[in-house]
Amino acid sequence: MALIFHRGIIANSQFFSRSSGVLFRRLRASRSCTSARGEGTANTLKEELIQVAPKRALEPNTHGFEAIIGIETHVQLFTLTKAFCSCPYVYGSRPNTTICPVCMGHPGTLPVLNSKVVEFAVKLGLALNCGLSMTSKFDRKHYFYPDLPKGYQISQFDIPIATKGFIDVDLPVEFGGGHRRFGITRVHMEEDAGKLLHSETGSYSQVDLNRAGVPLLEIVSEPDMRSGLEAAEYAAEIQRLVRFLGISNGNMQEGSLRCDVNVSVRPIGQSKFGTKVEIKNMNSFSAMSRAIDYEISRQVLLHSLGQSDQIFQETRLWEEGAQKTFTMRKKEGLADYRYFPEPDLPEVVLTKEFVDKLCQGLPELPEAKRRRYEKMDLAMQDVLFLANDNHVAEFFDASLENGADPKLAANWIMGDISAFLKNERLSITEIKLTPFELSELIASIKNGTISGKIGKEILFELLAKGGTVQSLIEEKDLVQASLIFLIVDPAAIEALVDKVLAANPKQLEQYRAGKTRLQGFFAGQVMKESKGKANPLVLNKILGVKLKGES
Amino acid sequence: MPPPPVRSPSSLLLCHCRLPFHISPQTRLPLSHNSSVRRRFHCSAVSALSSDPQIAPTDLTTTPPSSHILSIRESLLSRRRTAADVAGEYLDRLRRTEPHIRSFLHVSETTMREAEEVDRLVASGKDLGPLAGVLVGVKDNICTAGMPSTGGSRILEGYRPPFDATAVRKLKEAGAIIIGKTNMDEFGMGSTTEGSGFQVTANPWDISRVPGGSSGGSASAVSAKQCVVSLGSDTGGSVRQPASFCGVVGLKPTYGRVSRFGLMAYASSLDVIGCFGASVIDSAIVLNVVSGHDRFDSTSSTHEVPDYASFLMSTDHFESTPLKGLKVGMIRETIGDGVDVGVISSIKAAALHLEELGATITEVSLPSFSLGLPAYYVLASSEASSNLSRYDGVRYGNRATVDELNSLYGDSRADGLGPEVKMRILMGTYALSAGYYDAYYKRAQQVRTLIRKSFKDALEKMDILVSPAVPSPAYKIGEKVNDPLAMYAGDIMTVNVNLAGLPALVVPCGFVEGGSAGLPVGLQMIGSSFSEEKLLRIGHIFEQTLPNYRFVPPLLFLELV
Repeated sequence: MALIFHRGIIANSQFFSRSSGVLFRRLRASRSCTSARGEGTANTLKEELIQVAPKRALEPNTHGFEAIIGIETHVQLFTLTKAFCSCPYVYGSRPNTTICPVCMGHPGTLPVLNSKVVEFAVKLGLALNCGLSMTSKFDRKHYFYPDLPKGYQISQFDIPIATKGFIDVDLPVEFGGGHRRFGITRVHMEEDAGKLLHSETGSYSQVDLNRAGVPLLEIVSEPDMRSGLEAAEYAAEIQRLVRFLGISNGNMQEGSLRCDVNVSVRPIGQSKFGTKVEIKNMNSFSAMSRAIDYEISRQVLLHSLGQSDQIFQETRLWEEGAQKTFTMRKKEGLADYRYFPEPDLPEVVLTKEFVDKLCQGLPELPEAKRRRYEKMDLAMQDVLFLANDNHVAEFFDASLENGADPKLAANWIMGDISAFLKNERLSITEIKLTPFELSELIASIKNGTISGKIGKEILFELLAKGGTVQSLIEEKDLVQASLIFLIVDPAAIEALVDKVLAANPKQLEQYRAGKTRLQGFFAGQVMKESKGKANPLVLNKILGVKLKGES
Repeated sequence: MPPPPVRSPSSLLLCHCRLPFHISPQTRLPLSHNSSVRRRFHCSAVSALSSDPQIAPTDLTTTPPSSHILSIRESLLSRRRTAADVAGEYLDRLRRTEPHIRSFLHVSETTMREAEEVDRLVASGKDLGPLAGVLVGVKDNICTAGMPSTGGSRILEGYRPPFDATAVRKLKEAGAIIIGKTNMDEFGMGSTTEGSGFQVTANPWDISRVPGGSSGGSASAVSAKQCVVSLGSDTGGSVRQPASFCGVVGLKPTYGRVSRFGLMAYASSLDVIGCFGASVIDSAIVLNVVSGHDRFDSTSSTHEVPDYASFLMSTDHFESTPLKGLKVGMIRETIGDGVDVGVISSIKAAALHLEELGATITEVSLPSFSLGLPAYYVLASSEASSNLSRYDGVRYGNRATVDELNSLYGDSRADGLGPEVKMRILMGTYALSAGYYDAYYKRAQQVRTLIRKSFKDALEKMDILVSPAVPSPAYKIGEKVNDPLAMYAGDIMTVNVNLAGLPALVVPCGFVEGGSAGLPVGLQMIGSSFSEEKLLRIGHIFEQTLPNYRFVPPLLFLELV
């Protein structure tokens, strides 16, 4: 839809891509953004007293203190075009190649809302059990930075599109498990900024505006999380949700999912919040968990040393190498973004029909899946494994649709299939095995056509080369003899073989002269003689011996 | 409408007496809605404008303005003149008058070539666009591909946009030739063109005076016949005030009637592209071309675009009282204290003329009128402080040579932006700041709602409202430079209309003393949303029947001699 809206600008943007070199201008990076990392030295001593959080998230020792954690998540939407112009966005494109006058903030340009952004926002709002604002609006948030072309970001301020929801999370069994419900304060639509590329020498920076104007949904949680683990699981659930909804790839490494975490600590029993610290720069869930637990320990230590006044409202960066957080910038009072309603865009008005249609079109969400799997008597560990990845869940569900036994299907997926994927570094969508064949395989084993051991062989064949269970069974004669092929008695088969050899002396001669391909002919004849009932395994074995005249 | 006979310059000169009329400041015309002297317009012996018996004009013949666009079209189609001839004539006049008035920041070098292109089209017998061969001046804050577009600001010196504004694209598609970019107060902030980062434009009626602003260059260029018509932009009166000062027709359409795509934003919720012409018809034809929904401007209206020009009949078809039944409200607050007495006289005389045409005039009061000015300056400055953030020297425009980011912003903007712009950015930033937002921005929005409502109420009772466009005639260059409040006060007549988003048409209606030939005064007619058609029809009848309608500035005669 958006494409149709802005088709005209694409022509203009071509003009721009040619002259995009203009953007590579030298400018020294601002003090606040590069030199700040070293400023944490004042606290270095104290930080060294803190045990570095263990790799595996364990509850930090909180000594009678409680941590309060809230998370702001930015989800980059994978719409075909940007939020307010017709430029595409492809991660990793050459700098300044997906830009146009609109997303460069040229004089006289105006934003035109991509309707997909609203659609995605509504979907996420519904999925997060939020109330929707049937009439919301955009606002401008002002600040100066070279990656922000207009000098303001188009965002939503006082009337976000969705508010007051919640998200349900099942904690991993290995960390004790448990079900949690975290509150969602709001979801709002906004645009992303560009990127600064700082030179190695730090003497200049370059501006890449490819990402400028890419649509984002910002999800603000209630301060309901109490540990790094809970926070990481919250974020992981958000990732699952956006992937299930098909609104974002949720990739943390590419920055499609970015979490800013606010952490404060207070003595248990106190109702007033402690000074909150914002942590950025965590690009995996485990980093998030570790960063938060580190930060909790740091703050608890300061509290217990009676130095809680040394906890500043600031932004800290997680350093993966050091496994520590460092001061990035201290907040000098509250930033005044001078929000006011965006006069270039009309209000966003949702109709009931629009919302109902999207609501009906929502896929089954992770929480519902987990509860459904739970009812199939699967262990929580299995439930989480299957429901955590929407592709795995889809595969699992598709095999169930073909009648596969849930428990067996789960075992195959979590066992051999998952091992294969891990080995081959593939995703479940990339393998040749189809859910239908998995269900066939399971059925074949269940009804005794093949043994579990042979089933495994067939599985690897299917994973690597594809094909159908039925053809593989036939091709490889892997059927368990006792069932379909009634004649398994070697003596009976030997009699048949002898009969055929006697009836075809010419062919036998040719065979013995080296035309070994004729074994197939003889096998066929024996099979015919047995009315298709000879066990081919036994048949071939006997035939081979007889043909060579060894007995 | 048949083209007017071509008159030689000398005959024009003969026709032109110094001041065709004069109204002494003492002369206050009675304004009554049941005028006892209801005269049929065509037999009116004494025109409304010559009601002072002592200075009766010597020449009583009316000389209604003709459409330059239609006459160009007719001469092209009849092969009497070529587009190159027409372009040559205008360029020649532009070259001679420009040193005196400096309307243009940039004059196109391809005008003649484009005119020849039109001639080839004529020769080929292909259909001509409605503006074929028409030279259009475009205000410098409206983007033109490949032509400098600076918005009158040093910070955009040399900036050439990669695209045409939608209005410009439509003009070009209609066959128009963009002759150049007209001078303006920087980013539209000012009422004189003295706020331009490059030059001051002079008023063709008296080159010691300002042409008004911010679209001063567009108004003076049409007045001095440097171009046929021009585009301006109107945020708080920037089309209507210079139209009044320069004696041309100025049209501010309904907000959203014309796409803002490509118009450098000053105050997005108020900005609208308007046009200037020597006649109402010309303005109507230009509006026809540039109006309509634009998918690049979400605030542009999908309201149907009627053929504005087709309703403008020739005078031959007028009835004796063509405005019979029309209810006109004279806004009481605009003809009182602080308004030049000469201006009031002219407006009252104009009202009398409307009465002669059959309209009934009633005084109406808009109680919230005086609140408009402060509300306007809060809202416009607030939006401006945001809209002008993009001029940071990072991606285009002038950049200070510095080696640190904060100085890059500070110095580029300090060097590139003028004092008026800086003042408004400061005011707007202040008004939007935390803790002040409610007292300023929010309150101003509430006032805006009141104003919108009071106009709506008045326009439910009246067909149109009239007022002066400006409280005074053109003042001297430099006169108000150091008194911004006095300059802001000059916008009192116009800002309310922007706050309400309504269309308004300014038609020259009279003169006051000043300069060598008097100074023009414009009548502002305000209609309800999307009533441009009605305004243009009334304006056309008014203009075509106004006795001694001769708004040709003395500069042109000096030039022609």
